[in-house]
Amino acid sequence: MIASKATPERIQIPLIAESLSAERTAYLEDLVTQARTAAAVFTQFTQEDVDHIVKPMVLAGLEHAQHLARLAVEETRLGVMEDKVIKNMVACEFVYDYVKDKRTVGIIREFPERNLAELAEPIGVLFSLTPITNPTSTVLFKCIVAIKTRNAVIFSPHPKAWRCCAEAVKIMYETAVKHGAPEGVFTCLESPTLPDNAYLMRHKDVAMIDATGGPGAVKAAYSSGKPALGVGPGNTPVYLEKTADLNTAVVDIIISKTFDNGTICASEQTVVIDDEIYDQVMKKFGNLGAHICNEKETELLGRTVIDPQTGFMQPMAVGQKATDIARFIGLAVKPTTKLLIAPIHGVGPEHPLSVEKLFPVLAVYRAKSVAEALKVCVDVNHAGGLGHTAVVFSRNDEVIRKFGEMINAGRIIVNSPGSIGALGAVYNDLVPTFAFGCGTAGGNSTTDNVNIYHYLNLKRLARRTQNHMWFRIPNPIYFNMNAVQNLRQFPSLSTIIVTNPALETIGHVDIVRRNIAPHTHVHVLVIPDAEPEVKVVTQGVETLNFYRADQIIALGGGSVIDAAKIMKLKYESPQADLEELAAPFLDLRKRVVQYPTQKTNRARLIAISTTSGTGSEVTPFAVLTNKERGRKVTLADYSLSPDVAIVDPQFVMSMPKGLTADTGIDCLTHALEAGVSNYASPYTDSNAMQAIRLVFKYLPIAYEHPRDEEARSMMHNAACIAAMAFSNASVGVNHALAHAFGARFGVAHGRANALMLPHVIAYNAAVPAKFMPSPYTQGYVAHKKYAMIADLLGLGGHTVEEKVKSLIEATEQLLDQLGFPRSIAELGISKQEFEQAVPELAKIAFDDPSWRSNPRMPLMSELVELFWKAYEGRGVGKLVGVPEQQTVS
Amino acid sequence: MAMAAMLMTIDEKRMAVALREAREKLDVAEGEVVLDFSSVRRLDASALRALEELAQIAQEKGVKVVLRGVNVDVYKVLKLVKLTAQFFFVG
Repeated sequence: MIASKATPERIQIPLIAESLSAERTAYLEDLVTQARTAAAVFTQFTQEDVDHIVKPMVLAGLEHAQHLARLAVEETRLGVMEDKVIKNMVACEFVYDYVKDKRTVGIIREFPERNLAELAEPIGVLFSLTPITNPTSTVLFKCIVAIKTRNAVIFSPHPKAWRCCAEAVKIMYETAVKHGAPEGVFTCLESPTLPDNAYLMRHKDVAMIDATGGPGAVKAAYSSGKPALGVGPGNTPVYLEKTADLNTAVVDIIISKTFDNGTICASEQTVVIDDEIYDQVMKKFGNLGAHICNEKETELLGRTVIDPQTGFMQPMAVGQKATDIARFIGLAVKPTTKLLIAPIHGVGPEHPLSVEKLFPVLAVYRAKSVAEALKVCVDVNHAGGLGHTAVVFSRNDEVIRKFGEMINAGRIIVNSPGSIGALGAVYNDLVPTFAFGCGTAGGNSTTDNVNIYHYLNLKRLARRTQNHMWFRIPNPIYFNMNAVQNLRQFPSLSTIIVTNPALETIGHVDIVRRNIAPHTHVHVLVIPDAEPEVKVVTQGVETLNFYRADQIIALGGGSVIDAAKIMKLKYESPQADLEELAAPFLDLRKRVVQYPTQKTNRARLIAISTTSGTGSEVTPFAVLTNKERGRKVTLADYSLSPDVAIVDPQFVMSMPKGLTADTGIDCLTHALEAGVSNYASPYTDSNAMQAIRLVFKYLPIAYEHPRDEEARSMMHNAACIAAMAFSNASVGVNHALAHAFGARFGVAHGRANALMLPHVIAYNAAVPAKFMPSPYTQGYVAHKKYAMIADLLGLGGHTVEEKVKSLIEATEQLLDQLGFPRSIAELGISKQEFEQAVPELAKIAFDDPSWRSNPRMPLMSELVELFWKAYEGRGVGKLVGVPEQQTVS
Repeated sequence: MAMAAMLMTIDEKRMAVALREAREKLDVAEGEVVLDFSSVRRLDASALRALEELAQIAQEKGVKVVLRGVNVDVYKVLKLVKLTAQFFFVG
C-alpha cells in the first residue's frame, strides 16, 4: 500500500453500514448492478478483446499523467506534482510493459512436462479502496490490471482524494468502453463515506475487496468476511554497511525519501550506518542538501512530527516538504534543504522518530558492529514494518544474505532506493505495483507486489499423468538343468555359501562348490531353515567381514535367499538401519526412506533357488524377523535383488510332494495377483500369463511324478517368471489374507494362499464396493484379465462372467488335484476359535502392504467376509454364482 | 386444442430491439414464448438488461419464456447475473 496508518485521517471503517439513507442505498445498489452485469459480460471476452482495450487505456493514462497529478496535489495538498506525474507514468507504462504479453484469458500458462495448465477465471466485482497519498496512480494501476483480467471495479477513494480519483476513473472508463469494454465496468463512489464502504464490503455481489489504504480500511476489509487484498503499513529499515558505494547509497536514499515528499510507504525510515563510515556519510548527506539535526533539533522534531499520545506521525507533516515542516515547527534550515536527518540512539517509544514517517524526515543510527546494526534493523522492522520493505547497501554478499534472513519484509531492496525500488521494474525485476503485500506479519494474505495474478482465480487443468513404470529383473538369469555350471564364469577370491543344514546333508552344497571358479576360497555358512532373524543376519555379516567376501552364493528356499540379501545389504552398507528401511511406502519413487548407495564393501550375490515358489532369486524383497521386538519387517528395494539368479531344476528334483504343491500354488498366486494388479503392465502381464500357463500344465505332473524332469524344470521356471511379474507389479489381497492367517494359525504360506485363492478371484472379479485409485489403469479390468487368463488356458466360456467362473473352477480342480484342504474348517480349526481370531486377522490383513496394488480396495468388512468364505470353503464358483455384478465396462 | 408456442429468432446484431419486440408480444403469447438464441454468440449489457425486463414482465403475465440454442458462454453470463432461473432452456 502507498498510504499508511498515519495518513491525515486514520480511517476506521465501521463494520455495520449504519445511517445509510434509502436513496444512498439505491445508489450503491445501482453501482453494484452495473458492475455485476459488466463482470458477467466480460467473461465472454477473448485475450485479443482485452488487449485491444488495455493499450489505449495506458496511452490515455500517459496523456493525462500531468493533469491527474496536478489535480491530486491540488485536492490532497500532499506530495510533489512532478513526482506524481512520474508515479502516474509508472502506473501506466511500466505496468503495461509487464502485462502486455501476458495471457490472462483462457489457458494462461502451460507446463507440458507436468501435464498441467493454468486457466484464468475472473474474480467478478471488486470493491477497491484507494489512498490519499498516491490517489491517481493507484487508480490508473488498478484500472489497467482490472481490464487485463476482465474484472469490474467499484472505486471508493479516500474522501479527501475522491475528485482526482473520479477523474482518473472517468478517463480510464471512457477509453475502455470506447474500445469495447462492457458498460459499467468501472464506477467511482461520489463523496464516499464510511457507511458506503461498510455496505459495499458486505455486498453479496462484491467478490473481493482490494484495500489500499490505512490500517483501518485494511482491517475492515479483512473483517468483512470477503476475500480481500489488504496491504498494510511499513517502517523501512536501511542498513548502510561499510563496504557500500557511499555516493550511490546517499543519493539513492535522498531520491527515495524525498520522492513525492516521502509519501510512498516503502521509503526509508531509519538508516543504520556502520561506525567506520558514519561521519563520511553524514558529510555527504549534508553536502547534497540534507539538514543534519543536532540533539536539540532531533528532540524538537520527535515531539512535533510524531504524536506523543499515539506514537504515530502527525497528519500535518505527511507529504510536506522538508522546509515547510522545518518552518512549521520552528527549525532554522537552509531554503534548499531537501531532507531533515535526525540521529537517534535506539528504537521504540523513547525514540519517537524510529517509527514510519511519510515525509522527508529520516532517522539515522550509528552502529558499532554488523551485529548491532542488524539488531537495530530488526527492531525497526518490528516497530510497524513487518512484511513490508527493507533496504541494504553493501558489497558484502554475506551481509546482504544475513540481512535478508533476519528481516521480515516482502521486498528487500539491495543497493537501490527503497520507495521506487519497491514499486518494481525501475531499479530491479520486481513486478511493478502500487500495492505492496506485507504477508501474515503485516496482516495481509500475500507478500507479493500485487498485480494481475492477484486479480484472477487461477484454475489448474491437471491432465491424467501416468507415471513412468518399470520392469526390473536381475541380470543375468541362468536356467535349465545344470545351469549351476555358470558359476564358473564369476571370478572370486572369497565366496561364502549361505545355506541350510538339509541342503548340505543331501549334497546340494557340494554341487555348488564344484562349480565355483577355481582358486576361490569357499566358506559355507549354514543357517537355520526359517525366516531369517536379526541375530542370524548379524552373524552372517561377521562371517562376510572375517573372510572379506567378494561373492555370496545363497543356496536354498526363500528364507535362505532373503537372509543372504540382508547380509549383503549390511555387509556393503553397515550404517543401514533395517528397521528404518522397512518403513511403509505407497510409491517406490516417492518413498521417504532411501536405501544406502555408499558402500564400504562390495559382494556379488548369486541366488540359487531350491524350491519352485517364492522366486526370491529375482525379487527385491526380503523378510526379516526381529525376535527382540517381536515383529517381522519386509524390506523392499531393487538394490536387494540378487545380481545373478540360477534356476537349475536339479536342486528341486527331490522336493517332497507337499512342498511341491505349496510352493507351486504360491507361484500361481503370485502370477494371478500380478496379472490383475493395478501396477500390471504389458511387461509383467507377459510373465504372469506364461507362469499361469506353466503352473496349470506342469504343477499336477510335478506333484504326481516328482522325477519328471520337464515338469520340474518348467515349474522352476514358472516360479522365477511369476516372481519377475510380481517384483514389478506386486501382489494383492490374497497375500494379505494369507500372511495374517498363516502367521496366526501356523499354516504354510502356499497352503494359506490356496485356501483364499478361489474366493479372492471371485471377489476381484465382482464390482468393487470401493475402487482403488490408480493412475495406471483405465477403468476396472480385473474381471477381463481373469477372462483373458481363462482364454489362455482354453477353459471355455463365452461371456466374461462365464470365463471367470471357468477360471475359478479350474483353480479349484487344481487345488483338489494337489490334495489341498479346501476349507479352513478342514484344518481342524474350530468355528469358535476362528470367530475369535477373525477381527484381529482382518486388522492385520488390512495393515499388510500387499493389497495396496490389489485392483479392488478391501473394506474391513470384506476382509472378514473373505476369511469366512475361506473357512467354509469349497465350491466358490457354484456358491457365489460368480460374478453377479459384471456391469463394469 | 393444443396451442403452438410463439417462436422468435434473436439476431445478435439487433438483440436489444428483438428482445423489446418479444416483450411486446408477451400479451398474445398464449402461455409460452420460445426465443431462438442459436445465432447469439455474445451478450452485452443492454441485452442483459432487456432480458431481465422480459423475464420480469413474463412472470407478471404468467408467460413461460423458453430460450433455445443458448451457447455455453451466454449461459454462463446468464448464470452469473442469476437470470437462468427465470427462463427455460432447450437445445
